[in-house]
Amino acid sequence: MPGTFEPLIPRPRRRIFLRRTERFAARFAVYLCLVIVTGFFLAPLWVLLVTSFKPLDEIRAGGLLDLPIAFTLDPWIKAWGEACIGITCGGLKGYFGNSLMVTVPAVLASVTIGAINGYALSKWPFPGARFVFAAVVAGNFIPYQVILAPLAQTLRITGLFGSIEGLVLIHAIYGIPITTMLFRNFFLSVPDDLIKAARIDGAGFFWILFRVVLPMSPSVIVVAAIIQFTGIWNDYLFAVSFANSQNAPMTVALNNLVNSNFGVREYNVHMAATFIAAIPTLVIYVFLGRFFLRGMAAGAVKG
Amino acid sequence: MRLRIRRFISQLVLSPSLALVAVFLYGFIGWTVAVSTTASKASPRFDRFVGLEQYVRLFDTPRWNVAFSNMFLFGFLFLVVTIGFGLLIAVLIDQRIRFEGVFRSIVMYPMAMSFVVTGVVWQWLLSPTLGIQSLVAGWGFTGFHIDWLTNPSTVIWALVVAAFWQGCGLAMALFLAGLRGIDEDIWKAAAVDGIPAWRVYLHIVVPMLAPVFLTVIVLQSLAIVRAFDLVVALTNGGPGVSSDLPSVFMFDMAFRRANLGLSAASAVVMLGTVLAILVPYLYVESRERR
Repeated sequence: MPGTFEPLIPRPRRRIFLRRTERFAARFAVYLCLVIVTGFFLAPLWVLLVTSFKPLDEIRAGGLLDLPIAFTLDPWIKAWGEACIGITCGGLKGYFGNSLMVTVPAVLASVTIGAINGYALSKWPFPGARFVFAAVVAGNFIPYQVILAPLAQTLRITGLFGSIEGLVLIHAIYGIPITTMLFRNFFLSVPDDLIKAARIDGAGFFWILFRVVLPMSPSVIVVAAIIQFTGIWNDYLFAVSFANSQNAPMTVALNNLVNSNFGVREYNVHMAATFIAAIPTLVIYVFLGRFFLRGMAAGAVKG
Repeated sequence: MRLRIRRFISQLVLSPSLALVAVFLYGFIGWTVAVSTTASKASPRFDRFVGLEQYVRLFDTPRWNVAFSNMFLFGFLFLVVTIGFGLLIAVLIDQRIRFEGVFRSIVMYPMAMSFVVTGVVWQWLLSPTLGIQSLVAGWGFTGFHIDWLTNPSTVIWALVVAAFWQGCGLAMALFLAGLRGIDEDIWKAAAVDGIPAWRVYLHIVVPMLAPVFLTVIVLQSLAIVRAFDLVVALTNGGPGVSSDLPSVFMFDMAFRRANLGLSAASAVVMLGTVLAILVPYLYVESRERR
C-alpha cells in the first residue's frame, strides 16, 4: 500500500533526437490531448457553475455550456434558505450546519485518538504491538455494509439513533483505523533516541507526545485531518442509515432535494445546492492540495 | 504503583481503542455472520438457525444476481477505462510540459467531491433533454444519442463515466509517481539505440510499472465493491433494478424490506469479495518484501 506519495518533482528535460518539425508536431499533439483531458474534467464543474446562475427558462432553452444571459443569484439564495427538502422548506443551511456539527468534532476526536494510538504503537512498543496494529489496520478494508445492521441496533439500544451525537461517535470510531495507520507509519521515522533522551530527563508518555513528537509532525496532522474531514463531510452511507430527517447532513439533504419527484424540478437551485455541498472539500483541495494528495493515497483503502 | 502504570502505559492508552475496534468491527462482523445463518426478518432472531439457507435464497433472488453481476461488469469496465486513461494522462503529463501542476490539479480535483455530488452532476449532464445530448444536437448533430440513464442495457456506462471522472485522478497520480521512479538511464539507452518512445513505453516502462498496476487495481476494486452513494445519487438502481449493486441491495433488505437475514448474507458475500481481492494481494506484497 502506498503510505504516502513521494513528492512529484518534474524531471529535467530529456533530449529526444527528433527533427525540429517532428518535435513541434509531437509537442502540439501532447498539449492538444491535455487540453481535451482538461475539458473533460472541468466541464462538469463549469456546467454546475453557469447553470446555477441561470433562470429556469434559459436552462430549458439549452446552451449547456453558455454563460448566463440574465445572470441571477436567486437559485443560490433559494438553495441556501428556501428550498424544500422533504416536508420542510428551509433550504440547505440547517443541513450545512448539521454537517459541520458532525464533521468537526469527529475529525478532532479521530485525529487525537489516532495520534495517541500511533505514538503508543510506534514509540512505546510492547510484545504483540505489531499484531495489534495489523488488527486495527484491517479495519480500513472492511466494507461498512457488514457492520451496518448491528450498528443500527446498537444505536437504537443506546438511544443515539438519528442524532448528531450518534454520527459523531460512529465517525470517530471508524476513523480510528485510518488515523492510527497514518500516525503510526509517520512516527516510525521519528528517531527513538529523542524519546529515550526525553525519558531520561523524566518526561512522561503524554508530555513527550505533546511537547516533542507532535510539534515535529505538523504535516501528518494536516494529512490526517484532511482525509478525515473529506471522508466525513462526503459520507452518505452512515448519514442515510442513521440520521433522522432533521439531523441529516448535506449529502443526504442534497440527494433528497435533487432526487425527489415532487413539483417543478428547479435545476438551477439543484446546481447551486450541489455546489454548496462541494465547497468545503473543494476549498481544502485548492489550498492544501499537496497534503490532500498524500491523504487520498493513504485513504483510498478506507471503507 | 506509579512505576507499574508507567510500564504498561502504552497498553493502557491503547485499550479503549482496541475495545472499540474489537466490538464495532470484529464483534459486529461476527454478529452479521451469525445473523446470516438465521431466519431473521425485522429483528435478529438467533433462535431460528437455518444454516446456509439465506445464501441459497440470495443467489436465487433475481435482483441480487443482477446486482452481483453488475458489480463485476461495472468493476471490469471501470478498471479498463481508469487504467487505460489514467496511464495515458500520466504519460502525457510526464512529457516535461509547462504548467504541469495545473494539469495535475485539474485531473485530480474531482477526488475532493463526494459521490453524491458526482452522481448529481452526471445525472444532469446525461439528461437527454437538457444535458450533453441536447448540446450536441444544438451543434447540428441531431442523430447523437446518449440514453444511458434510461436504457437498462447501457446504464452501466453512466456509472462508469461518473466513477471514472471521480476516480481517475488517483490512478493517474499513482502512475505518475511510478513513471517518476523509473531510471532516466533507460531513456538514454533507448535513445542511443534509436528505439521510438512508444515502444519504450509499451515494452519497458509498462512492465516495470507492474506493482503500480497491482496497487491501482486493488484500490479501485475495493472502491467498486463498496460503491453505494454514486448509484443512489445517479440512477437510484434504475431503470428498474438494472443498475443495482450489492451495497444497495444490502441497504434495502436491512432498512426498507425488514429482511435482516438475507441482508446479512449479502453483506457477508461483499466481505468475502473484498477478502478475495485483498488476501492474494497482501500475500504477493509480503513475499516481495522478503
